[in-house]
Amino acid sequence: MHEMGIVLHLAKTLDETAKQEHLSKIGSVTLQVGEVSGILTDYFVECWDYFKPRHPVLKDSKLILETIEAVTWCDSCKRTYQTVRYGRECPYCHSGETWLLKGNECIIKQIEAEEEAPSAIPEQ
Amino acid sequence: MKVIELKETVTASNDRDAEALREELNLRGVLLVNLMSGPGAGKTTLLSRTIRDLSDLKIAVLEADLDATVDAETIEALGARAIQAHTDGMCHMDAGMTRAGLEALGTEQTDLVFLENVGNLICPAEFDTGAQLRVMILSIPEGDDKPLKYPLMFRESDALILSKLDALPYFDFDLDKCIQRAKRLNPKIQVFPLSAKTGEGMAAWEAWLRENLIRKTV
Repeated sequence: MHEMGIVLHLAKTLDETAKQEHLSKIGSVTLQVGEVSGILTDYFVECWDYFKPRHPVLKDSKLILETIEAVTWCDSCKRTYQTVRYGRECPYCHSGETWLLKGNECIIKQIEAEEEAPSAIPEQ
Repeated sequence: MKVIELKETVTASNDRDAEALREELNLRGVLLVNLMSGPGAGKTTLLSRTIRDLSDLKIAVLEADLDATVDAETIEALGARAIQAHTDGMCHMDAGMTRAGLEALGTEQTDLVFLENVGNLICPAEFDTGAQLRVMILSIPEGDDKPLKYPLMFRESDALILSKLDALPYFDFDLDKCIQRAKRLNPKIQVFPLSAKTGEGMAAWEAWLRENLIRKTV
Protein backbone atom coordinates (compact mmCIF):
# COMPACT_ATOMS: atom_id res chain seq x y z
CA MET A 1 0.00 0.00 0.00
CA HIS A 2 2.79 2.33 0.96
CA GLU A 3 4.71 1.55 -2.24
CA MET A 4 1.66 2.35 -4.37
CA GLY A 5 1.31 5.80 -2.83
CA ILE A 6 4.98 6.56 -3.37
CA VAL A 7 4.98 5.35 -6.98
CA LEU A 8 1.89 7.43 -7.68
CA HIS A 9 3.70 10.57 -6.51
CA LEU A 10 6.92 9.60 -8.23
CA ALA A 11 5.08 9.32 -11.56
CA LYS A 12 3.39 12.67 -10.97
CA THR A 13 6.68 14.35 -10.04
CA LEU A 14 8.30 12.98 -13.20
CA ASP A 15 5.37 14.09 -15.37
CA GLU A 16 5.82 17.61 -14.01
CA THR A 17 9.57 17.52 -14.60
CA ALA A 18 9.05 16.34 -18.18
CA LYS A 19 6.68 19.22 -18.82
CA GLN A 20 9.01 21.84 -17.33
CA GLU A 21 12.11 20.56 -19.09
CA HIS A 22 10.29 19.82 -22.35
CA LEU A 23 11.17 16.14 -22.33
CA SER A 24 9.49 13.79 -24.77
CA LYS A 25 10.63 10.55 -23.25
CA ILE A 26 12.25 9.40 -20.02
CA GLY A 27 14.66 6.50 -20.57
CA SER A 28 15.67 5.74 -17.02
CA VAL A 29 14.95 6.86 -13.49
CA THR A 30 17.53 6.36 -10.76
CA LEU A 31 16.18 6.22 -7.24
CA GLN A 32 18.16 6.12 -4.02
CA VAL A 33 16.29 4.04 -1.49
CA GLY A 34 17.32 3.82 2.16
CA GLU A 35 17.67 0.35 3.66
CA VAL A 36 15.11 1.14 6.33
CA SER A 37 12.83 3.39 4.28
CA GLY A 38 10.12 0.74 4.62
CA ILE A 39 10.03 0.32 0.85
CA LEU A 40 9.97 -3.27 -0.41
CA THR A 41 11.86 -2.99 -3.67
CA ASP A 42 10.22 -6.01 -5.39
CA TYR A 43 6.79 -4.64 -4.66
CA PHE A 44 7.92 -1.15 -5.62
CA VAL A 45 9.01 -2.39 -9.07
CA GLU A 46 5.65 -4.15 -9.52
CA CYS A 47 3.78 -0.94 -8.72
CA TRP A 48 6.06 0.96 -11.09
CA ASP A 49 5.31 -1.50 -13.93
CA TYR A 50 1.61 -1.06 -13.24
CA PHE A 51 1.67 2.75 -13.43
CA LYS A 52 4.24 3.16 -16.22
CA PRO A 53 1.92 2.54 -19.19
CA ARG A 54 -0.48 5.15 -17.81
CA HIS A 55 2.10 7.92 -18.21
CA PRO A 56 3.14 8.33 -21.88
CA VAL A 57 6.46 9.93 -21.03
CA LEU A 58 7.44 7.02 -18.74
CA LYS A 59 6.15 4.22 -20.92
CA ASP A 60 9.56 2.80 -21.92
CA SER A 61 11.55 3.87 -18.91
CA LYS A 62 13.78 1.70 -16.77
CA LEU A 63 13.84 1.96 -12.99
CA ILE A 64 17.28 1.80 -11.39
CA LEU A 65 17.36 1.38 -7.63
CA GLU A 66 20.42 2.27 -5.56
CA THR A 67 20.53 1.39 -1.88
CA ILE A 68 21.56 3.84 0.81
CA GLU A 69 23.04 2.09 3.84
CA ALA A 70 21.24 2.76 7.11
CA VAL A 71 23.43 4.16 9.89
CA THR A 72 22.43 4.65 13.52
CA TRP A 73 23.98 7.00 16.07
CA CYS A 74 24.34 5.98 19.69
CA ASP A 75 23.78 8.85 22.06
CA SER A 76 25.38 7.08 25.00
CA CYS A 77 28.77 6.15 23.57
CA LYS A 78 28.71 8.63 20.65
CA ARG A 79 29.45 6.05 17.99
CA THR A 80 27.73 5.00 14.80
CA TYR A 81 26.85 1.49 13.62
CA GLN A 82 25.04 -0.38 10.83
CA THR A 83 21.31 -0.28 11.57
CA VAL A 84 20.28 -3.38 9.64
CA ARG A 85 22.91 -5.57 11.28
CA TYR A 86 22.44 -4.48 14.89
CA GLY A 87 18.99 -2.93 15.12
CA ARG A 88 17.98 -0.48 17.81
CA GLU A 89 20.42 -1.53 20.51
CA CYS A 90 23.97 -0.20 20.28
CA PRO A 91 26.40 -3.13 19.71
CA TYR A 92 29.17 -1.33 21.64
CA CYS A 93 27.49 -0.23 24.87
CA HIS A 94 24.03 -1.87 24.57
CA SER A 95 22.24 1.42 25.08
CA GLY A 96 18.76 1.87 23.62
CA GLU A 97 19.21 5.65 23.27
CA THR A 98 19.97 5.44 19.57
CA TRP A 99 18.80 7.44 16.56
CA LEU A 100 18.79 6.77 12.87
CA LEU A 101 21.19 9.07 10.99
CA LYS A 102 20.41 7.99 7.44
CA GLY A 103 18.75 5.19 5.56
CA ASN A 104 15.06 6.09 5.56
CA GLU A 105 15.11 8.34 2.50
CA CYS A 106 13.79 7.83 -1.00
CA ILE A 107 15.28 10.31 -3.46
CA ILE A 108 15.06 10.68 -7.23
CA LYS A 109 18.76 10.99 -8.00
CA GLN A 110 18.60 11.50 -11.74
CA ILE A 111 16.77 10.72 -14.95
CA GLU A 112 17.92 10.06 -18.48
CA ALA A 113 15.68 11.70 -21.00
CA GLU A 114 15.16 12.81 -24.56
CA GLU A 115 14.23 16.40 -25.28
CA GLU A 116 11.30 17.38 -27.46
CA ALA A 117 12.10 18.54 -30.98
CA PRO A 118 12.52 22.37 -30.85
CA SER A 119 9.43 22.88 -33.04
CA ALA A 120 7.30 21.05 -30.48
CA ILE A 121 8.11 23.59 -27.76
CA PRO A 122 5.28 26.08 -27.54
CA GLU A 123 6.41 29.68 -27.84
CA GLN A 124 6.24 31.73 -24.66
CA MET B 1 19.58 11.17 -24.12
CA LYS B 2 20.69 13.66 -21.56
CA VAL B 3 21.07 13.11 -17.84
CA ILE B 4 19.17 15.43 -15.53
CA GLU B 5 20.09 15.45 -11.85
CA LEU B 6 17.01 15.91 -9.74
CA LYS B 7 18.01 15.11 -6.13
CA GLU B 8 14.35 15.50 -5.26
CA THR B 9 12.32 13.45 -2.84
CA VAL B 10 9.88 11.09 -4.59
CA THR B 11 6.95 12.89 -3.03
CA ALA B 12 8.00 16.33 -4.31
CA SER B 13 4.78 16.72 -6.33
CA ASN B 14 2.75 16.11 -3.18
CA ASP B 15 4.82 18.66 -1.26
CA ARG B 16 3.97 21.30 -3.87
CA ASP B 17 0.25 20.44 -3.78
CA ALA B 18 0.31 20.60 0.01
CA GLU B 19 1.97 24.02 0.04
CA ALA B 20 -0.66 25.39 -2.37
CA LEU B 21 -3.52 24.00 -0.27
CA ARG B 22 -2.03 25.48 2.91
CA GLU B 23 -1.84 28.93 1.34
CA GLU B 24 -5.47 28.72 0.22
CA LEU B 25 -6.63 27.65 3.67
CA ASN B 26 -4.76 30.57 5.22
CA LEU B 27 -6.52 32.95 2.85
CA ARG B 28 -9.91 31.41 3.61
CA GLY B 29 -9.30 31.59 7.36
CA VAL B 30 -9.61 27.86 7.93
CA LEU B 31 -7.33 25.99 10.30
CA LEU B 32 -6.72 22.40 9.19
CA VAL B 33 -5.31 20.05 11.84
CA ASN B 34 -3.86 16.72 10.69
CA LEU B 35 -4.50 14.29 13.53
CA MET B 36 -2.31 11.17 13.43
CA SER B 37 -2.05 8.16 15.72
CA GLY B 38 -2.04 4.39 15.84
CA PRO B 39 -5.42 2.65 15.90
CA GLY B 40 -7.16 2.88 19.24
CA ALA B 41 -5.19 5.82 20.63
CA GLY B 42 -8.42 7.69 21.28
CA LYS B 43 -8.77 10.03 18.28
CA THR B 44 -12.57 9.94 18.24
CA THR B 45 -12.93 10.35 22.02
CA LEU B 46 -10.53 13.29 21.97
CA LEU B 47 -12.35 14.89 19.03
CA SER B 48 -15.77 14.42 20.63
CA ARG B 49 -14.67 16.12 23.81
CA THR B 50 -12.86 18.93 21.95
CA ILE B 51 -15.89 19.63 19.73
CA ARG B 52 -18.15 19.78 22.79
CA ASP B 53 -15.79 22.13 24.65
CA LEU B 54 -15.26 24.45 21.66
CA SER B 55 -18.96 24.73 20.86
CA ASP B 56 -18.61 28.41 19.85
CA LEU B 57 -16.47 27.40 16.86
CA LYS B 58 -17.65 25.95 13.58
CA ILE B 59 -15.87 22.63 13.36
CA ALA B 60 -15.83 19.95 10.68
CA VAL B 61 -14.15 16.56 10.54
CA LEU B 62 -12.63 14.81 7.56
CA GLU B 63 -12.55 11.09 8.34
CA ALA B 64 -9.90 8.96 6.68
CA ASP B 65 -9.80 6.17 9.23
CA LEU B 66 -10.70 2.84 7.67
CA ASP B 67 -13.26 2.11 10.36
CA ALA B 68 -14.72 5.55 10.20
CA THR B 69 -18.50 5.25 9.67
CA VAL B 70 -19.02 4.71 13.37
CA ASP B 71 -16.64 7.58 14.05
CA ALA B 72 -18.48 9.92 11.69
CA GLU B 73 -21.81 9.16 13.39
CA THR B 74 -20.33 9.91 16.82
CA ILE B 75 -18.98 13.24 15.58
CA GLU B 76 -22.20 14.31 13.85
CA ALA B 77 -24.22 13.54 16.97
CA LEU B 78 -22.25 16.39 18.59
CA GLY B 79 -23.32 18.87 15.95
CA ALA B 80 -20.09 19.06 13.95
CA ARG B 81 -20.10 18.19 10.27
CA ALA B 82 -18.26 15.05 9.22
CA ILE B 83 -17.38 13.52 5.89
CA GLN B 84 -15.74 10.26 4.89
CA ALA B 85 -12.63 10.79 2.78
CA HIS B 86 -11.50 8.24 0.26
CA THR B 87 -7.93 7.04 0.50
CA ASP B 88 -8.36 4.57 -2.37
CA GLY B 89 -7.10 1.80 -0.13
CA MET B 90 -3.92 3.64 0.74
CA CYS B 91 -2.30 3.82 4.13
CA HIS B 92 -2.24 7.60 4.36
CA MET B 93 -3.91 10.82 3.19
CA ASP B 94 -2.04 13.03 0.75
CA ALA B 95 -2.64 16.63 -0.28
CA GLY B 96 -4.75 15.73 -3.33
CA MET B 97 -7.11 13.51 -1.34
CA THR B 98 -7.35 16.13 1.40
CA ARG B 99 -8.24 18.82 -1.12
CA ALA B 100 -10.96 16.60 -2.64
CA GLY B 101 -12.34 15.87 0.84
CA LEU B 102 -12.38 19.55 1.80
CA GLU B 103 -14.15 20.47 -1.43
CA ALA B 104 -16.85 17.85 -0.78
CA LEU B 105 -17.16 19.11 2.78
CA GLY B 106 -17.28 22.81 1.90
CA THR B 107 -15.31 25.09 4.23
CA GLU B 108 -17.06 28.47 3.76
CA GLN B 109 -18.59 28.59 7.24
CA THR B 110 -15.81 26.72 9.02
CA ASP B 111 -13.17 27.82 11.52
CA LEU B 112 -11.50 24.51 12.20
CA VAL B 113 -11.24 21.22 10.31
CA PHE B 114 -9.79 18.08 11.85
CA LEU B 115 -8.36 15.56 9.43
CA GLU B 116 -8.58 12.19 11.17
CA ASN B 117 -5.78 10.45 9.31
CA VAL B 118 -5.47 6.70 8.77
CA GLY B 119 -4.52 4.93 12.01
CA ASN B 120 -0.83 4.18 11.79
CA LEU B 121 2.37 5.86 12.94
CA ILE B 122 4.45 5.42 9.80
CA CYS B 123 2.93 6.36 6.44
CA PRO B 124 0.89 9.44 7.43
CA ALA B 125 4.10 11.10 8.67
CA GLU B 126 5.64 10.96 5.20
CA PHE B 127 2.90 12.75 3.32
CA ASP B 128 2.19 16.44 3.80
CA THR B 129 -1.59 16.91 3.62
CA GLY B 130 -1.54 20.70 3.48
CA ALA B 131 -2.59 21.04 7.13
CA GLN B 132 -1.22 24.02 9.04
CA LEU B 133 -0.82 21.91 12.17
CA ARG B 134 0.23 18.32 12.61
CA VAL B 135 -0.75 16.67 15.84
CA MET B 136 0.05 13.15 16.92
CA ILE B 137 -1.66 11.21 19.66
CA LEU B 138 0.13 8.61 21.72
CA SER B 139 -1.95 6.86 24.36
CA ILE B 140 -0.48 5.79 27.68
CA PRO B 141 -1.15 2.05 27.09
CA GLU B 142 0.95 2.16 23.89
CA GLY B 143 4.16 2.69 25.87
CA ASP B 144 6.80 5.38 26.35
CA ASP B 145 9.23 3.82 23.86
CA LYS B 146 7.30 4.95 20.77
CA PRO B 147 9.56 7.97 20.01
CA LEU B 148 12.39 5.46 19.57
CA LYS B 149 10.35 3.26 17.24
CA TYR B 150 8.64 5.88 15.10
CA PRO B 151 11.00 8.88 15.14
CA LEU B 152 9.68 10.47 11.93
CA MET B 153 6.18 10.92 13.31
CA PHE B 154 7.57 12.75 16.36
CA ARG B 155 9.92 14.84 14.24
CA GLU B 156 7.15 15.95 11.89
CA SER B 157 4.52 16.84 14.50
CA ASP B 158 3.84 20.29 15.95
CA ALA B 159 2.16 18.81 18.99
CA LEU B 160 2.13 15.52 20.86
CA ILE B 161 -0.95 14.54 22.82
CA LEU B 162 -0.36 11.92 25.50
CA SER B 163 -3.88 10.57 25.79
CA LYS B 164 -5.66 8.34 28.34
CA LEU B 165 -3.74 10.02 31.16
CA ASP B 166 -6.31 8.56 33.57
CA ALA B 167 -4.76 5.13 32.83
CA LEU B 168 -1.26 6.21 33.95
CA PRO B 169 -1.40 4.45 37.37
CA TYR B 170 -2.02 1.09 35.68
CA PHE B 171 0.79 1.17 33.13
CA ASP B 172 4.55 1.21 33.23
CA PHE B 173 4.71 4.48 31.31
CA ASP B 174 7.39 7.02 32.25
CA LEU B 175 5.85 10.37 31.34
CA ASP B 176 9.06 12.40 31.81
CA LYS B 177 11.14 9.94 29.84
CA CYS B 178 8.67 9.92 26.96
CA ILE B 179 8.53 13.72 26.81
CA GLN B 180 12.32 13.88 26.99
CA ARG B 181 12.62 11.40 24.10
CA ALA B 182 10.10 13.31 22.01
CA LYS B 183 11.82 16.65 22.68
CA ARG B 184 15.18 15.25 21.76
CA LEU B 185 13.78 14.37 18.34
CA ASN B 186 11.90 17.63 18.04
CA PRO B 187 12.79 20.41 20.49
CA LYS B 188 9.85 22.56 19.34
CA ILE B 189 7.13 19.94 19.88
CA GLN B 190 4.30 21.01 22.20
CA VAL B 191 3.27 18.27 24.61
CA PHE B 192 -0.23 17.94 26.05
CA PRO B 193 -0.75 15.08 28.53
CA LEU B 194 -4.52 14.78 28.89
CA SER B 195 -7.54 12.60 29.47
CA ALA B 196 -10.59 13.19 27.30
CA LYS B 197 -12.49 11.02 29.76
CA THR B 198 -11.85 13.00 32.95
CA GLY B 199 -11.12 16.33 31.23
CA GLU B 200 -7.69 16.66 32.84
CA GLY B 201 -5.31 18.64 30.61
CA MET B 202 -7.98 19.44 27.99
CA ALA B 203 -7.87 23.20 28.68
CA ALA B 204 -4.21 23.58 27.61
CA TRP B 205 -4.79 21.69 24.35
CA GLU B 206 -7.91 23.70 23.53
CA ALA B 207 -6.20 27.01 24.35
CA TRP B 208 -3.38 26.06 21.96
CA LEU B 209 -5.91 25.32 19.21
CA ARG B 210 -7.55 28.71 19.78
CA GLU B 211 -4.19 30.48 19.58
CA ASN B 212 -3.62 28.91 16.19
CA LEU B 213 -6.99 29.77 14.66
CA ILE B 214 -6.70 31.83 11.52
CA ARG B 215 -8.35 35.20 11.39
CA LYS B 216 -10.92 35.51 8.63
CA THR B 217 -9.89 38.29 6.28
CA VAL B 218 -12.91 38.15 4.00
